[in-house]
Amino acid sequence: MVGITGYGVYIPRHRIKVEEIAKVWGADAQAYKKGLFVEEKSVPGPDQDTITMSVEATFSALKRAQIDPKKIGAVYVGSESHPYAVKPSGTTVAEAIGACPDVHCADFEFACKAGSEAMFVCLGLVSSDSIEYGLAIGADTSQGAPGDALEYTAAAGAAAFIMGKDNIIAEAIDTYSYMTDTPDFWRREYQFYPRHASRFTGEPAYFKHILGAGKAMLEKVKMKPNDFQYAVFHQPNGKFPQRVGRLLGFEKKQIETGLLCPKLGNTYSGSSPMGLTAILDEAKPNDLIFMVSYGSGAGSDAFVWRVTERINQVRDSAVKTRDMLNNNKSYLEYGTYAKYRGKIRKGE
Amino acid sequence: MSSPRYWRGIPQRYRLEAGKCKKCGKIYFPPRLICDECKSREFEKVNLPKEGKILTYTIIRVAPSQCTDQAPYAMGIVELSAGSTGKDGVKILSQIADCDFDKLEIGMPVRIEFRKIYQEGEAGIICYGYKCVPV
Ligand SMILES: [Zn+2]
Repeated sequence: MVGITGYGVYIPRHRIKVEEIAKVWGADAQAYKKGLFVEEKSVPGPDQDTITMSVEATFSALKRAQIDPKKIGAVYVGSESHPYAVKPSGTTVAEAIGACPDVHCADFEFACKAGSEAMFVCLGLVSSDSIEYGLAIGADTSQGAPGDALEYTAAAGAAAFIMGKDNIIAEAIDTYSYMTDTPDFWRREYQFYPRHASRFTGEPAYFKHILGAGKAMLEKVKMKPNDFQYAVFHQPNGKFPQRVGRLLGFEKKQIETGLLCPKLGNTYSGSSPMGLTAILDEAKPNDLIFMVSYGSGAGSDAFVWRVTERINQVRDSAVKTRDMLNNNKSYLEYGTYAKYRGKIRKGE
Repeated sequence: MSSPRYWRGIPQRYRLEAGKCKKCGKIYFPPRLICDECKSREFEKVNLPKEGKILTYTIIRVAPSQCTDQAPYAMGIVELSAGSTGKDGVKILSQIADCDFDKLEIGMPVRIEFRKIYQEGEAGIICYGYKCVPV
């Protein structure tokens, strides 16, 4: 049996409301709020990035896993906002948690799918006994171009999972992946902001891949949507995951626990992994969880998790996702947000 | 800061690694080669606890050149809890991040978070380390 032995999350305290962004660009805030089903998004502080959030999420995962970090044999950070173009995020995370030097590090990139990718690879290495424990992180501090639709959702957050064979809190029953070459969203080298193909990001991209992976996953494990207590999908906005869930045959009540986007925004590589942490915060032993990520370019990883008895012992050992989302918030004005995000051009 | 100098401090900056004298138990942060209490040269590595309280603080409004973007910010001397070190808490100098200045007070509980300390312009290294945040 392989699965999650510990999980943790990190969300910066800063937020900006859709109204505050819309005001600057002369846009209709209500139309965006209704269209995207998003009210506000998280913003990293000027001293926070993918690495700092990954480290903090991992400390929470370690509190729940209760293992010696020296036993972690792999540290994989999935992100599209690694702080360096050349120099791994993983080595800094591994050093900060005390896993060096007996460890394998790699940084993953696949638009919003990099986090689930890290989870997928860790599960494989643990099940083949190549490593005892593997740390998989999905984290991003993504940017949308000022005034672009993406600016209303591009947010910051991290989720960390320690995969192992002992003391599992959620067993990975099975996985399935679905990939095609689809240019729906990209960022070329040296470009600060990503580009996207507007409506093309919907049907042939997000929906095709999540439905493809989701249907094949259900067939592979011979289960039906109503066998699951919870389902979580990638959340580029608040609407898409609800619609894709309905199309697969899931109901609103299965989706709402893991749906963080309306108050969090799109945390890219952190998105569906963070939704999974919110579900683990509430799930009961033997509950089944259905998860499908999505990354542009494009692909989806699907997972079926079964929660174990141990969840009740470790759940309260670290901060819960909804508590971090709802408490200690600090709202920014657009000017401060633009400064924090490096959107202001300064003199040398 | 040069890359080698930053690198030498990583165990302290990232993990609060201190040296505990094997003979008299005094804790040094950063570690030293010789204990100034008992002159022993044998130390064991201990990681300092990640909780503490503010002993004193000030607000920096005129910051050094690498930190001007962050000003104004709070700096404090924080006494870390005794924890597993079994001695009086070690005192560290640290930025106090994510705080409202009018709510800061002496004795306030804080905890350590991993943050970016500063970066060497647009092309240099990014220096990470500990900061304190209100509990
Ligand atoms: Zn001594």
